Amino acid sequence: MKHHLTYKGVHEDVLRMITRTGPAYYVVLVIVLFCAIALYFLPWFYQIHTGQGVTGLNSPSYWGLYLVNFIFWVGVAHAGTLISAMLYITETPWRRAIHRSAEAMTLFALLMAVSFILVHMGRVWNFYWVFPYPNQRTLWTSFISPLMFDVFAINTYFISSLIFLYFGMIPDMASLQHRVTGWRKRLYTALSLGWRGTGREWHIWGKAYMLFSVLIIPLVVSVHSVVSWDFALGIIPGLMKTIFAPYFVTGALFSGFAGVVLLVSLIRWIFHTESYITERHYDRIGIMLLVLSLIWSYLTALETITGLHAETSFEMEHLRYKFLTPRFSYPVGFMIFANTILPLALVVRRVRSSVAGQFIISLFIIAGMWLERYLIILTAVPRKYLPYAWHDYYPSWVEISITAGAFFLFVALFMLFMKVFPVISLTEMKEDIGLPTAEGER
Amino acid sequence: MGKLLERLLERFHIYRIPGYYGKYDHQWTIVIDLDQCDGCEACVIACHAENNLPIVGEKECANNRAFNWIRIERYVEGEYPDVRVKFIPVLCQQCGRARCEVGCPTYATYHNQDGLNVQVYNRCIGTFTCASYCPYDVRHFNWFSYQWDTPLDQQLNPDLTVREKGVMEKCTFCIQRIRDGKERAKDEGRGVRDGEILPACVQTCPTGAMTFGDLNDPESRVSRLAKDPRRYRLFEDLNTEPSVIYLKRVMEGGSSKDEAPFNL
Repeated sequence: MKHHLTYKGVHEDVLRMITRTGPAYYVVLVIVLFCAIALYFLPWFYQIHTGQGVTGLNSPSYWGLYLVNFIFWVGVAHAGTLISAMLYITETPWRRAIHRSAEAMTLFALLMAVSFILVHMGRVWNFYWVFPYPNQRTLWTSFISPLMFDVFAINTYFISSLIFLYFGMIPDMASLQHRVTGWRKRLYTALSLGWRGTGREWHIWGKAYMLFSVLIIPLVVSVHSVVSWDFALGIIPGLMKTIFAPYFVTGALFSGFAGVVLLVSLIRWIFHTESYITERHYDRIGIMLLVLSLIWSYLTALETITGLHAETSFEMEHLRYKFLTPRFSYPVGFMIFANTILPLALVVRRVRSSVAGQFIISLFIIAGMWLERYLIILTAVPRKYLPYAWHDYYPSWVEISITAGAFFLFVALFMLFMKVFPVISLTEMKEDIGLPTAEGER
Repeated sequence: MGKLLERLLERFHIYRIPGYYGKYDHQWTIVIDLDQCDGCEACVIACHAENNLPIVGEKECANNRAFNWIRIERYVEGEYPDVRVKFIPVLCQQCGRARCEVGCPTYATYHNQDGLNVQVYNRCIGTFTCASYCPYDVRHFNWFSYQWDTPLDQQLNPDLTVREKGVMEKCTFCIQRIRDGKERAKDEGRGVRDGEILPACVQTCPTGAMTFGDLNDPESRVSRLAKDPRRYRLFEDLNTEPSVIYLKRVMEGGSSKDEAPFNL
């Protein structure tokens, strides 16, 4: 990989990705934005105006597709931090080309997750009541509520990922400000905070970046554990299991890595960055996906067995509903195929390092992990304690539309990001090339 | 230092008690004698009239969105000629250790000094957590801002609010009547008498299956009924400590054990 990359080449390529925009890109962006507005915002406004009744939610099934999406997007947000922080500390070289996109993915996926909490809320116009601030209602927030843990966990995660992303970009923007014009130049000049690239600055920056990496690692575990407690701390048969925190964290990393593969492949395809994101990267991510798939499969089996061991009639009813109702047993089958059986193909190096192969497997994993969240919530809540109150849940068109619209919104945000900020880290790519030698070109 | 730690621990311990009260002023309780309940649903109607519950229509009812703060649950047992139907009125159990209170981030539901599980509509932001955590499924959500057809809009109870869309609600043991009774007693400089306060369902019950009273008062009727050997509470093993006490229905042959799921 190193042979045909030069300092100048990297610079040009990154610049090209930001400033050169073909008409096709604009067309796609407009279409995506239009879909986001039509599928996401308009139905949401309709729901706010009419009331939560436009969803398919009903008496025992108060949790529906919105929360499924919430968990899904928080999960997708996870790999970013793992790739940025954990792999930075362990000095894993293959993270360099992809970590910026992974961090941006984290940020936007978290935004999606937060938006789904808001969409889920009955009176969203009062959402700020969950923040503890002195108010005219003279009311503090309830810190025993798992939702409060969530507010803090997600806020912490969002702010730290934002700082982490921005901090890593400072040298890049300082370097790029001389090569761009117009609003980009003003933006980069302002955001690079007068970075000059002296040895002392690099020293401090490196120290601080390492410090951030260490500080952010606990968040990888904490955020999704807290999200799992939203469900596990209730007394809903099928959800009240102590295994939920590790189960959710593993699932989050699993789906997050699949998300990274998808995004990076798309970037590679659109911007022709084959020399940056090589087959070696795919090989390494493939190993990671394989390991996570195995852990996930183990935990899924364990979760079911825990339910069987509990042997209460409620727990058994939940398992019966999940595995023996045709409506859910087929998705369960698909989930096991996509998350356990298909990733086993990654054992073969040929599959692992092939872009198309990994892309397809990752698509299946993303779909399978979405289904996993769907099955966790929608097979537990409609079958709570009193059989008289049982009622099935079918999502309405509003919920399906907002679910689909969120994907478009995510893509739109990411496309805008790619045109504003360098999506491949200039600094770290150059670090990867190594010092220039006497031959000149390097 | 040790003393300070002790005080802190004591304070921590106090805050662990739901509602922070060592002892409630009253422990309002409803005792429902299933032997006397004939499932006529008069209590449901009375509740609708008293508490401004909207009538949502057939379609919404089919989607389990009916506003029955108290509902008669029916369980059918056996095959056709040999069929037996059992029923049990289920309302908010006003749990001593309520799961819904754990879930709410804004204190919209909390424990008051009467041992009741209060729902403050103005604080509710509609996160659905309380309803999902509730093992009895007795919470109801305002899916829309409901309208009442004439002449029903003329009979709305002025003692309590009409809820807007996006708010969770549930049985309050007719808290407006409890407040009224307590205030009248205070004005007359006496304690609340047993049987003075009656929630709408208890007042309406034609067979007298329901009894309302203060469990803290050892002389009250509910205290005496609560000592009945037929007593049980719904899902007692979930450790929610419900305030609604059921008296088991005695079946043919005098046995009432293992007759139905959940000790109906």
